[in-house]
Amino acid sequence: MKRRDFLLASAAGAATMAAPSILRAQGAGAPVRIGFITTLSGPAGYLGQDIRDAFQLAIDSEGGKLGGVAVQAIVEDDALRPGQGKSIAERMLRNDGIRLFSGIVFSNVLGATAPDILDGGGIYVSPNAGPSNFAGRECHKNYFVISWQNDSLHESAGRSASELGYQNAFILSPNYQAGQDALAGFKRMFRGKIAGEQFTRLDQTDFAAEMAAIRAANPDVVFQFHPGGLGIAFLRQYQQAGLLGRIPMVVAAPSLDHTTLAAVGDAAVGVNVTSHWNVDFDNPQNQAFVAAFRAKYNRTPTYYASQGYDTALAIGAALRQTNGNIANQDAFRTAMLKADFKSLRGNFKFGPNQHPIQDWHALKVERNAAGQLELKTGKKVLENHGDSYAASCKL
Amino acid sequence: MTLVLEQLLNGLQLGVTLFLLAAGLTLIFGIMGIINLAHGALYMVGAYAGALTAKATGSFLLAVPAGLAAAGLTGIIIEYIVIRRLYDRDHLDQVLATYGLILFLNELVTILFGRQPLFVGVPPALSGAVEIIPGVPYSVYRLTIIAVGLMLALGLFLLITRTRLGMLIRAGATHREMVRALGVDIRLLYTLVFGLGALLAGFAGVMAGPLLSVQVGMGEQILIMTFVVVVVGGVGSIKGAFFGALIVGIVDTLLRAFMPMLMRGLVTNTSEADALSAGLSSMGVYVLMALVLLVRPQGLFAARG
Repeated sequence: MKRRDFLLASAAGAATMAAPSILRAQGAGAPVRIGFITTLSGPAGYLGQDIRDAFQLAIDSEGGKLGGVAVQAIVEDDALRPGQGKSIAERMLRNDGIRLFSGIVFSNVLGATAPDILDGGGIYVSPNAGPSNFAGRECHKNYFVISWQNDSLHESAGRSASELGYQNAFILSPNYQAGQDALAGFKRMFRGKIAGEQFTRLDQTDFAAEMAAIRAANPDVVFQFHPGGLGIAFLRQYQQAGLLGRIPMVVAAPSLDHTTLAAVGDAAVGVNVTSHWNVDFDNPQNQAFVAAFRAKYNRTPTYYASQGYDTALAIGAALRQTNGNIANQDAFRTAMLKADFKSLRGNFKFGPNQHPIQDWHALKVERNAAGQLELKTGKKVLENHGDSYAASCKL
Repeated sequence: MTLVLEQLLNGLQLGVTLFLLAAGLTLIFGIMGIINLAHGALYMVGAYAGALTAKATGSFLLAVPAGLAAAGLTGIIIEYIVIRRLYDRDHLDQVLATYGLILFLNELVTILFGRQPLFVGVPPALSGAVEIIPGVPYSVYRLTIIAVGLMLALGLFLLITRTRLGMLIRAGATHREMVRALGVDIRLLYTLVFGLGALLAGFAGVMAGPLLSVQVGMGEQILIMTFVVVVVGGVGSIKGAFFGALIVGIVDTLLRAFMPMLMRGLVTNTSEADALSAGLSSMGVYVLMALVLLVRPQGLFAARG
């Protein structure tokens, strides 16, 4: 009996671990309510935290308004579980009557949640995930992406690796939609050969096996996509395996943000990064944002935060033009697509599939005069870059 | 060939870490009849205490006792406040309560230290790599984990087989009621076992700090794998936990390392081969568990049938 009890209870345990941990915010009357479903718990919790905090910063700096219209963000945690995201969205749509949504960090959660929101007559504005399937044939008139299409992040890394003169790349990513998009994107713009290609797991913490495979393949550059805590473990084990000095690395922004940089320390020196935004961008709106974010939250914003802020500005711009009426979705859409806001990144406009067209920059991890590590912006890698799926989107 | 040897070492290192967790889990279930889902949280507590101490003092040698103390203390407090009330309750009650503990501890750690992962450096004396296999530098720190883990396993084996406490633990794992009937202070034994389990989990956490990122939720990632180890090895058996952990660690690592090559040999379409191999390698240990349940349901080294 004992063994059976153990199995039963372990199964129950595994099932409970998949159950929701709900952070419920207050819902109330007059302001436009925005359903903000994001990842706040677990190792990737800081991603959602940065997006949420920056989004809230934009609302607070206008005194509870976006574009002059009173709004309220109703934040819930999807815990990186697609099923949980989906059920939160259903409840917000059906019980709370919310029609404007944002916040999702991960493509797998978005993949399960966005169709319900769109079919239920909601509008979704993505501050992060931009999976390929919703950028092409399945694009939707009420689905807007402020961040990037997944592939384009990694296309910029592929281009950067080629421009740095690398010929032979070993590429790795977790095996989920965004990971597959990452490898596809890198290969699209990298002109050299692929020495090896490996999928990891989204919950993996030890990459020793991958390190050995990299060493055996002996490439002249490594490209990897591991967002959040995954990237920290990967980079440090890369250093411990003695690979850091020997094989250079090119990554896109999610694998090395300011939070991972602080945690990784010296293991990140010399890593090449590509990004659409960086703390040191010197446009006035970005300087003001970075200062306000640091003052309020006492930490350096990551690019996730910049996207959360831009998302709030984009929604604000549309609300201003429609006087806060989101019931007329065509008017809202027309207003949204003008992208009439000052993006922290500088250039920003929507492409035909309602995904961004923007510039990509090469960054490098360097030690500054004060001896601290920082991401330093170098030259532009891609200019006015959209994505390769826009052509198959018929809106 | 060197690649295979290196991957075996990696598997061994994962196995040793899993053993430290599985030993506690299997003892706590075997002797106390408690399903402790919060075992992973003790691992996290150990890792955090170790990381914070290493940061504050700059010494990894101090981080080890700090991690052990924090995990042991948390374990004893949990046993005293929560677990004691659960001995006579249904396993589902225990699952609910210990799952609640996970949420509580995770949220507490978030409140105290934030969501940003912590950084612990590898102690300077153990950084760098040695060539134990010619041509393959292998991390000294990982080798240290393997060595220390094996020593702990030996120590635990001696404790269980050669001491009076061990005798009581073995007796408790097979005939709990009889031990109680013979007048042994079962309460004290329970606290000791729970504390021992917590210490081992905390130690695994401290050792994992410099390898992985120390962050909220790190315990749950490894806990599922630990349950697989306990099921494969047999509930309540330290020997089972040891061999189960090594088998699971090595199988998991080898599958991840060599499945892609194997699949690319078998399937011509590379992207299909990759998707297939990624799926199969992450399924691997669960398939192993299913096979063990099919062929030898009590586990490979069950304490009793």
